[in-house]
Amino acid sequence: MSDADATLQPRKSGLTRRQKRALSRGAQYVVFVAAVIAFAVAADWGRLKNQFAQWDLVKQMFPDVITLALKNTVLYTMSGFVVGLVLGLVIALMRLSPVGPYRWLAGIYIEIFRGLPALLIFVFVGVAVPLAFPGTEIPGGTYGKVALALGLVSAAYMAETIRAGIQAVPKGQMEAARSLGFSHARAMVSIIIPQAFRIVIPPLTNELVLLFKDSSLVLFLGVTLEERELTKFGRDLASQTANSTPILVAGLCYLLVTVPLGFVVRRLEAKAGEATK
Amino acid sequence: MTNTSSSSGTSTPEIHVRDLHKSFGDNDVLRGIDLEIGQGEVVCVIGPSGSGKSTLLRCVNLLEEPTQGQVFVGGTEVTHPDVDIDAVRRRIGMVFQQFNLFPHLSVTENLTLPQRRVLKRGKEEAAEVAAENLERVGLSEKADAYPSSLSGGQQQRVAIARALAMGPEVMLFDEPTSALDPELVGDVLAVMRRLAHEGMTMMVVTHEMSFAREVADRVVFMDGGVIVEDGAPAQVIGNPSHERTRHFLSRLLDPAMADVEDDVEEGEKGL
Repeated sequence: MSDADATLQPRKSGLTRRQKRALSRGAQYVVFVAAVIAFAVAADWGRLKNQFAQWDLVKQMFPDVITLALKNTVLYTMSGFVVGLVLGLVIALMRLSPVGPYRWLAGIYIEIFRGLPALLIFVFVGVAVPLAFPGTEIPGGTYGKVALALGLVSAAYMAETIRAGIQAVPKGQMEAARSLGFSHARAMVSIIIPQAFRIVIPPLTNELVLLFKDSSLVLFLGVTLEERELTKFGRDLASQTANSTPILVAGLCYLLVTVPLGFVVRRLEAKAGEATK
Repeated sequence: MTNTSSSSGTSTPEIHVRDLHKSFGDNDVLRGIDLEIGQGEVVCVIGPSGSGKSTLLRCVNLLEEPTQGQVFVGGTEVTHPDVDIDAVRRRIGMVFQQFNLFPHLSVTENLTLPQRRVLKRGKEEAAEVAAENLERVGLSEKADAYPSSLSGGQQQRVAIARALAMGPEVMLFDEPTSALDPELVGDVLAVMRRLAHEGMTMMVVTHEMSFAREVADRVVFMDGGVIVEDGAPAQVIGNPSHERTRHFLSRLLDPAMADVEDDVEEGEKGL
């Protein structure tokens, strides 16, 4: 009885729900505007401009920042992605294998490489691998090392993604394939994996964006002038000229690729969401 | 039209199930099934859900591994440990309740890919066989469509065509119309009826009593993992000799009545 009465009583504040919502939104705008003004007043724009927006330095960076640095970044990323994808698929299949040791190995791999900073893996590939296998060269020089390091990092994530994708394919698909006379392996290759990849294209594209940024870790391997990618290129030029403009330009070059890729991911996700309806 | 006397006169049966048991953990789903299906015979398996009829069907092509017993298809012992199950399955077509078309392939590709990968047929031959079988189910105009753009009934007919394209000796149907809207059931049953007339050996798990009555040579009623009744449709459906069969059929025809009967029965048991 008294409960029901209470709900009908006007609130203490005397505000309706709509008024409260308007008030809260108004407060958020006030905080935002205040923060922008504080930032604008506090920052030393003249020095910022000097340090980050030297127009002739920007001009000096072209075309090398695109034809060399961005090209190398893309090359490193793509080769790492391909290695990671192949390795990730193998590990995903091992994870789903009926053979126990395969499952354990895959599980251990995933736990280790998901838990380590990418930087450590680069150092490991640069130092430990040549030490452990003296005389053996990783084929492809720096490119091979980067592909291996980025591949090792991304394979752990991709394996989990691909495994989830394979398990998301309805069980009836395997049964239908088997009932038509496909062997388990052939059904996997022709029927299950193609469908799984459709499911995991959005998360894999996301992984590509992450790899793109991780490719900057190449500088810890020590690279020649010709092998420099965006971050190394920007940093080198910045220290030569004692000015940070090159860093800003390099950063913008990353966004040039990652922003459209992010857009593609959202489109793919929206499309996948529609398809499963 | 009903071929009442089963064709048991012909030599070896096409499907022969001998003392088949299947359990999932503690759950005994099949408890000793013996069944023979002759060449060209159409057998409908009916029974309440959980009676084991789908499991029996799935044991015939070893989608489920029997716990005990033997299954022979066309004289080959399917359950023999040394048998090449992929080779046996090529001779057994199967149609599922949920169609299970390959969604990433077009209708034609759904028919050609298994032929090419499994039977190693050439591109042209596979395409030819695919076109033939699509025509057989009346869906030639959908050859380039993708499964998602088809109605349930059309998908199921494509699934039948896909199985037929492999040239099977036997066709298994696992509740082929249960997932369909009522107005789409007829087209699928029409295709199956024609297949039966063409002499295909068919084992059909179904709830479509009119189909069973009209098309089947024999009707098998299962309950609790055993075959309760096995005979001509007119007998099993029209004049069942077992109480359990009668009960199932009355429930199927008039669910409300069956509830009343249940209550009466329970009351009697209580006494």
